[in-house]
Amino acid sequence: MTEIRFSGFGGQGIIRCALIAGKALSLYGNKFATMTQSFGPEARGSACSSQLIVSDDRVLYPYITIPEILVSMSQEAYDKYESDLKDDGLLIIDQDLVKPKPPRGKIKSYSVPSTRFAEELGNRIIANLVMMGFFTAITKITTSEVMKKGVPGLVPDRFLELNLKAFDKGYEYGLETLKKGK
Amino acid sequence: MNKEDQNTEKNPIEEILRMDRMPHIWCPGCGIGTVVTSFAEALRKEKYDLDKIAIVSGIGCTGRVAGYTKLDSFHTTHGRAIPFATGLKLAKPDTKVVVFSGDGDISGIGGNHLIHAARRNMDLVVICVNNFNYAMTGGQVAATTPKDANASTAPYGNFENAFNLPYITEAAGATYVARWTALHLRRVTKSIQEALNKRGFSFIEVITPCVTLYARRNRLGDGLNLLKYYYDMSEIQHGADTRTLDISYQGKLIVGKFVDKEKPTFLDAMNKHLSSVLGDKYQLYGDNND
Amino acid sequence: MKKSKADPKGVLTGSHFMDGDYALAEGGLAAGCRYFGGYPITPSTETAERFSERIPYVGGVFIQMEDELGSIASLIGAVWGGKKAMTVTSGPGFSLMMENIGLACMMETPLVIANVQRGGPSTGLPTLTGQQDMMQARWGSHGDYEIIALSPDSPQECFDLTIEAFNLSETYRVPVFVMTDECIGHMHEKVVIPPAEEIELVERKWYKGPKNKYLPYKNDTDGIPFMVKVGDGYRFHTTGLTRDERGYPLLNAECQATCVSHLIDKIKDNADKIIHLKETDIDNAEILVMSYGITSRVSIKAVQEAKKTGIKVGTMQLKTVWPFPEKRIKELAGKVKAIVFPEINAGQVVLEAERVVGDKCKVVSVPHYGGWVHNPEDILNAIKEAAK
Ligand SMILES: Cc1ncc(C[n+]2csc(CCOP(=O)(O)OP(=O)(O)O)c2C)c(N)n1
Ligand code: SF4
Ligand SMILES: [Mg+2]
Repeated sequence: MTEIRFSGFGGQGIIRCALIAGKALSLYGNKFATMTQSFGPEARGSACSSQLIVSDDRVLYPYITIPEILVSMSQEAYDKYESDLKDDGLLIIDQDLVKPKPPRGKIKSYSVPSTRFAEELGNRIIANLVMMGFFTAITKITTSEVMKKGVPGLVPDRFLELNLKAFDKGYEYGLETLKKGK
Repeated sequence: MNKEDQNTEKNPIEEILRMDRMPHIWCPGCGIGTVVTSFAEALRKEKYDLDKIAIVSGIGCTGRVAGYTKLDSFHTTHGRAIPFATGLKLAKPDTKVVVFSGDGDISGIGGNHLIHAARRNMDLVVICVNNFNYAMTGGQVAATTPKDANASTAPYGNFENAFNLPYITEAAGATYVARWTALHLRRVTKSIQEALNKRGFSFIEVITPCVTLYARRNRLGDGLNLLKYYYDMSEIQHGADTRTLDISYQGKLIVGKFVDKEKPTFLDAMNKHLSSVLGDKYQLYGDNND
Repeated sequence: MKKSKADPKGVLTGSHFMDGDYALAEGGLAAGCRYFGGYPITPSTETAERFSERIPYVGGVFIQMEDELGSIASLIGAVWGGKKAMTVTSGPGFSLMMENIGLACMMETPLVIANVQRGGPSTGLPTLTGQQDMMQARWGSHGDYEIIALSPDSPQECFDLTIEAFNLSETYRVPVFVMTDECIGHMHEKVVIPPAEEIELVERKWYKGPKNKYLPYKNDTDGIPFMVKVGDGYRFHTTGLTRDERGYPLLNAECQATCVSHLIDKIKDNADKIIHLKETDIDNAEILVMSYGITSRVSIKAVQEAKKTGIKVGTMQLKTVWPFPEKRIKELAGKVKAIVFPEINAGQVVLEAERVVGDKCKVVSVPHYGGWVHNPEDILNAIKEAAK
């Protein structure tokens, strides 16, 4: 079982990240996935988060407790959620938007200029898809083919191609990052 | 289905009454029965297919009307006749749905539904018997009680402002608005006929004496005298500005047909709008949509 | 009971990653619901949004009413107009619906109301979960009557149980509640919608006999009266007043006894057919964990831990909460040492368990005041304590 938190600020498509991953993994990746998002008072403020639990068996407890993976696309979200991350967890950040603290425990961290890449591709709105590509490569939670199957229907049809391009960009960057040993 | 020819001796009203439920509960001299007679007369004159009309009442003396009419008839809860009728109409658009209820039911507890059904131009005929009080529960003050009139919960006289129902319903969007007194039998009948033939939200207020409670408390006379009193106090002003139609205690009653205009009904608007936005994929909703 | 297959137009066959609220709407559409009258309220609004988005392609009506008093009244009207109808709400709206839920019971009107529960009382916790309306579902309208209430544990069950709710409502001519909660309503999971031909629906019990013989409340051999709709030429009457077979008001003690006992008996006498439970490891259990909705999932987590410590635990998920499975619980009460009953309220349905088992076994309430689901640890501790 893996507990994942995607975080950032409103408008970055953070909820969409968990929906894409949850859909891909549960419909095409042979996993159980439960996605929740915060609606309560904690959803106020500009830090936005969505949670995903991925498992080989049915998810019983619906909420994440100690996430193993934290994806942060804004400083505020990072500051808010970093301390929850498991001691040997995985931290994935947008390197231009988050200045991480010195490493804690055995946490491994990876970074990607997702927003910059998105701008280069023509629209910063697809930064979340760059991040999803990068996330998929780094976590190896499933193949890029499976993850990409989660995208149609969750982004506007006319931007599907662009979104998938953004995903590929992030994915390749992730593979390179791994090759370079970070 | 008009069986007029077969039973010429029978009072035409019997055709739409549940004779097996007679006698009714209304007091002798109560004006509600007079309004029911006008309703029956309107159906007869229109040769209305009695299988294609439904009647919905709320709770009150007037609320009992549904129970006495031999139509598909629903005696619902206090204030909810209009939303009940809304669901009925939307589910079965080829049925004419008439709401027949009291002033308290329709404009007091159910006032919110009244204005919203008018706003939507829901295709309903609303016949509101205004007897200036909550009669069924013993003559309490209502949203329609004129200032200074006495009521059981306004024992020193009413100091609240009363609703001017034609004004409210017109402002909210009704496409047909009329007011009569119960003794304007032919006029009430004609208004109901017009409303039955109209697509849209029709509102007919009928000032009706409550002999037992309101009239007695306010010493307005009884029986036919009282019916006549309202009749005599009235003045027909078709097309009058509805803002001028406030009713004062023992004052003049302006009656007439005030509004009669065309506007798309809720369902017309829904079908037109969704067809234009969704094109052929839209499943047109209508009469044969059982 | 006449059965038919679902109309493919309303069935979104396939696998979806969908939240519980959407799944309620999809369940309704698959069950043939073609009328939805609603009023927005967190955390149920997404169901209305989904229905309004889908119904133009299916054929039917969505109307956002002016309040919940209007929504439920319009539903009853729509059903007598011949449609299957549903609405969705949460605590405050559920409270507003109570009077006309009684009318639906009295008029024996089949319809479905989903309550995506949030914490109460009053405005309470609009965005956070609770299971605090369970007794209100059972008793909320005045007078004596019986209803049916189901409780899904997942978006998948939101879909499945909404169909079941429609089928039960048509079978017994009674309002049926789908009592879900914020957690499930807002949770996305895989929801599999089968092909239309695999969805079996119960048709309305239409009267087919001679027109002049129709009596709206004359019970058929199965104890349920036949129904007609407006416009079919029956010119029938129905009322919220105590009424006789003709649907005419008859206000006396005898008629009241006949009318009310019928409303109660048609559910009680068929409880065995209505009740839907999911049991695991019941046979040798010394502890029985009973729960419903989201809490039944969280409970399993605790049960798995308890088993590791050697305690023999069985579980019972009440997919049907009302009518309460008295018979089955009485049976089990003689066999287990204790029943542990977690729910997200101060202890509501557990009172029924206590009433039913008497002193045959211990009943342990594990309350939670809402805002979140139980910590499985709390349920585990209760199991351990009960096993001592
Ligand atoms: C929810 C609710 N509140 C109060 C009542 C009691 N009640 C019954 S009839 C009535 C007043 C009816 O007044 P109106 O609609 O003017 O009808 P009338 O009796 O004057 O014809 C009231 C308050 C009720 N039945 N239901
Ligand atoms: S109390 Fe008034 S309104 Fe009611 S029946 Fe008697 S006269 Fe008519
Ligand atoms: Mg009145």
